[in-house]
Amino acid sequence: MIGLSHYLLVGAALFALGLFGLLTKRNLIAVLMSIELMLNSVNINLVAFSRYTASDPVAGQVFSLFIIAVAAAEVAVGLALAYAIYRGRDTVSVDEMDWLKW
Amino acid sequence: MESTGLMHTLAFFLLSGITLAAAAGVVFKRNLVHSAFLLSVTFLGVAGLYMTLEAEFLAAVQALVYSGAVAVLVVIGVMLTHREDMSCSNPPNKMIVAGGLAALAIVGVLVWAVLGTAWNTGKGGIVDAGDIGRRFLTDFAPPFEAVALLLLAALIGAVVLFKGGKEQS
Repeated sequence: MIGLSHYLLVGAALFALGLFGLLTKRNLIAVLMSIELMLNSVNINLVAFSRYTASDPVAGQVFSLFIIAVAAAEVAVGLALAYAIYRGRDTVSVDEMDWLKW
Repeated sequence: MESTGLMHTLAFFLLSGITLAAAAGVVFKRNLVHSAFLLSVTFLGVAGLYMTLEAEFLAAVQALVYSGAVAVLVVIGVMLTHREDMSCSNPPNKMIVAGGLAALAIVGVLVWAVLGTAWNTGKGGIVDAGDIGRRFLTDFAPPFEAVALLLLAALIGAVVLFKGGKEQS
């Protein structure tokens, strides 16, 4: 029988994959993709809680909708930033973005 | 939940397998274009998981916004920022051991917490789109307006950043 903890475990695995990508990717766009994976895992958790334990199930799904909206805004601005950096500095490698380091 | 049966179990394992395999592909593939398309598959798998949770409206939003808009944006981003060889466009950096350890630590803590908690299931329930819409127009109206403003600001900001300006020197 599939229950709450199954969904939470899938969310945990997806979050760990996203975190691994976030820490180990060299390309700025791949880092953005990993952040999207982590946001999705959080959404799975919220919807699972709303389905199985919430006293107000609508609130969990409303939270997820807000996260989806913020993630869409984030990826639009993030890609615009990546393109702006690429145009100015000719790189999307995170390792080379160390101008504040001294 | 008693209403779930064998179909639900099968659908859950199939969809979570697709989702996690595609997510692993996003992280481990060396070609950024493959990663971008597998990201779309991941989003569709998550939409399927929402269907198994009986959150149909959210599944539709997920398929439209993530698999439609976000994945297309990412593919356009890949297209605009690459001119060299695509086959090794997504390499890992030097942090691979430390990052792997951090991810394993996180998943260990999360699995321990999930399995060690006595979840108080039995409340919760199925939400239809009408409920969500009514709540958006009553007690969630202020955050709804705030998100509308945020989307407008992000749209304008993205256009300004893409268009670019002269760097002050």
